Amino acid sequence: MSDPTIGSMVTTPPAEDPAVAGGTAPPDAGLPAGKQRQGKPRGLLGDAWLDLRRRPMFWIPAVLILIFVVMAAVPQLFTHTDPTQGLLERSRVAPSGSAWFGYDVQGQDVYARVIYGARASIVVAVLSTIGTVLIGGAIGILAGFRGGWVDAVLSRIADIFFGLPFVLGAIVILFTFNKPGSSNSTFKIMMLVIVSLVVLTWPVSMRIMRSSVLATKEADYIVAARALGASSARIVFKHLLPNCLAPLLVYSTILIGSFIGAEATLSFLGVGLHSPVVSWGIMISESQNYIRVSPHLLLFPATFLVIAVLSFVMLGEAVREALDPKLR
Amino acid sequence: MGRYVVRRLLQLIPVFFGTTFLIYWLVWAVPGDPFAGKCGERRCPDSYIAFMTEKYHLDENVFLQYLHYMQNLLRGDFGQTFGGRSINDLIAAAYPNTLKLALVALAVEGIIGITAGVLTGLRRNGFMDNLVLVSTLFLIALPTFVTGFVLQFLLGTKWHIINPTVSSDVPFNELIVPGFVLGSTSMAYIARLTRTSIAENRRGDYVRTAIAKGLPMRRVVGVHLLRNSMIPVLTFLGTDLGGLMGGSIVTEGIFNINGIGREVYRAIVTKEGATVVSIVVILVLVYLIMNLVVDLLYAALDPRIRYE
Repeated sequence: MSDPTIGSMVTTPPAEDPAVAGGTAPPDAGLPAGKQRQGKPRGLLGDAWLDLRRRPMFWIPAVLILIFVVMAAVPQLFTHTDPTQGLLERSRVAPSGSAWFGYDVQGQDVYARVIYGARASIVVAVLSTIGTVLIGGAIGILAGFRGGWVDAVLSRIADIFFGLPFVLGAIVILFTFNKPGSSNSTFKIMMLVIVSLVVLTWPVSMRIMRSSVLATKEADYIVAARALGASSARIVFKHLLPNCLAPLLVYSTILIGSFIGAEATLSFLGVGLHSPVVSWGIMISESQNYIRVSPHLLLFPATFLVIAVLSFVMLGEAVREALDPKLR
Repeated sequence: MGRYVVRRLLQLIPVFFGTTFLIYWLVWAVPGDPFAGKCGERRCPDSYIAFMTEKYHLDENVFLQYLHYMQNLLRGDFGQTFGGRSINDLIAAAYPNTLKLALVALAVEGIIGITAGVLTGLRRNGFMDNLVLVSTLFLIALPTFVTGFVLQFLLGTKWHIINPTVSSDVPFNELIVPGFVLGSTSMAYIARLTRTSIAENRRGDYVRTAIAKGLPMRRVVGVHLLRNSMIPVLTFLGTDLGGLMGGSIVTEGIFNINGIGREVYRAIVTKEGATVVSIVVILVLVYLIMNLVVDLLYAALDPRIRYE
C-alpha cells in the first residue's frame, strides 16, 4: 500500500517548486534537515514549507502572532501597570510620555488594558476555532464518507444553522443565556460566547471537509485500501483525514482572525464579554460616547484588534497560496 | 430544469422550518417570566396575564406554540407585539429602509470590487495589484463596527462631509457611506474573486482568438472576458444580498437607520419574541430564495451547466 502524499489533491506537479528555488539557493538548501532526505519526494506540506519560508507575507504575520500569543500568556512582560486600577483624576488624559496610550474614562491605563485585552480575544478565538474545526470536520467526514441519506440529513441540518444570520443568531443565543446585567462568571460568559460562535459557524467547515472528502473518496489509493480489506475506520483516519485536512487548516487560520473580530463585535453590542474582563471589543464599545473628545480611546484598541485579525488572515492567505500555487 | 426547481423548492421546506423553529425555541423556550417588567413597576394584573397567555398560547409547549405561529404566518399575519402594534406594520415600515441600505451596499461593493478586480486581474504583480491585495486584506480584517465608527467620526463629525446619522426618510445619497461600511468586507472578497477569475480566463483560448482577430482590447475585456468571468461574482453578489440584510444590525445601529436590524435588536432587548421570530423568518426566506435564484441564474448564464 503506497503512502499517499497530500500532493494528490493539488494539480500542480510538485517538481515545479525546486526549479523556482534553484535561482537563489543551492539545490538542497531548502530541505528541512533530518526530516526529509534527498531522493525521497517531498509531500505537499514539505513543498509548502519550502515556499513559505521565503515569503515576508508569511514571516511578518507569524512574528506578530507570536507576539500576540506571548502577550496573551504573560502580559506582565509588556507592562507592570494594573489594567483595572482606575484613578478618576486622570480620566481621559491624552497620550503622553509617561502613559503612551493615555488613560480611559475611568482613569485606567489604556496601554496596559490593550496588552491585557489580548488574552480574552485570543482565547475565545482559538477555542471557538478548535471547536468549529473538530465538530464541523467530524460531521463533514461522516457526511462525505457515508454519503446517501446520512449525507442528506447532515447537510440539511447544516443548512438550517447556516441559514441563521450570524450576528443575529449570536445576539439571540447570548441574550437568552447571558443577559446584560446577569451575574455570570467570566468563565461562563466566555464559554457562552465560544459555544454560540461554534454553533453558528460549524456548517462552513463541515462543507469544506465534506467537499474535500467527496473529491478524495474515489481516488485510486482509497479504492486500493478498500480492496485490500482495510476497515472504514482505517480508511478514514489513515487515508482520508491526512489528505483532506489542508483546506480546513487554511480556513481555520483565517477563521481565528474573523473570530477575534466577531468577539469584539459581540462585546461591542453588549451581549459578549463585559467589564471587569478586559478585551478590545469592550474597550471600543466603551469609547463610543467619547469619540469626539478623546479619539485615542478608540484608536489604540481598534489598531491592536485590526493588526491581530490582519495577522491571522495574512497567515492563512500565505499558507493557502503555498498549498495551492495555482491561485497566485 | 423544471424537476430541478421542484426538488430545490422541496429541499427549502425543511431548512425553512428548521431555522425558524430553532430561533422560535431560543426566543420563547427560555426560563424566565415573560411578563417581568412589562407593566412598569407593578406586577402585571392577573387579567392581563390570562389574556396574554391565552393569546400567545404561553401555557402550551413550544412545539404547539410554534404551530400556532406558523398557522397565522401562512395566513400572512405575523402577529402583534406585546404593546399591541401589528408586526406587519412594523416590518412594512422598517423593511424598505434595510432593503435600500442593502442595495446601496451591493451597488458599492459591486462597482468598486469588480473594477479593482478587473484592473488587477489584467495586470498582475504590478504596483496596483499589490496595493489592492493588501487593501483587501485590510478590509477583511476590519470589523464593520470599527469601519463604521471611524468613517462616521472622520467624515461626519470632524470634516462635516456627511451627516453623522441618516435622516428618517432615508434618502439614497445619505446611505452611500453606511452602504460602503456594510459592504466593505464583501467588497474585498469580490475584488479577489474577480481578480482570480479574470486571471484564469485571461489565458483562455477564446481570449487569444479575440485578440488575434484584431478586436480592440476594450471589446475583448468588456465583452468576451468579463462575461465569462462574472459568473462566480454574480453568484456571490446574489447570496450576499441575504447576508447583508442579516448583517445590517451593527451598521443600522451606528448610523441610526430605522431598519429591520435596529428593530430586531430592540425586540431582542425588550424580549418581544414575536417580532424577533418574524424578522428572522423574513431574513431566512430572503436568504433561501436568493440562493435558489442564484443557482438558477448560474444555469442561465453558463450554458455549459445543465440541471438534468
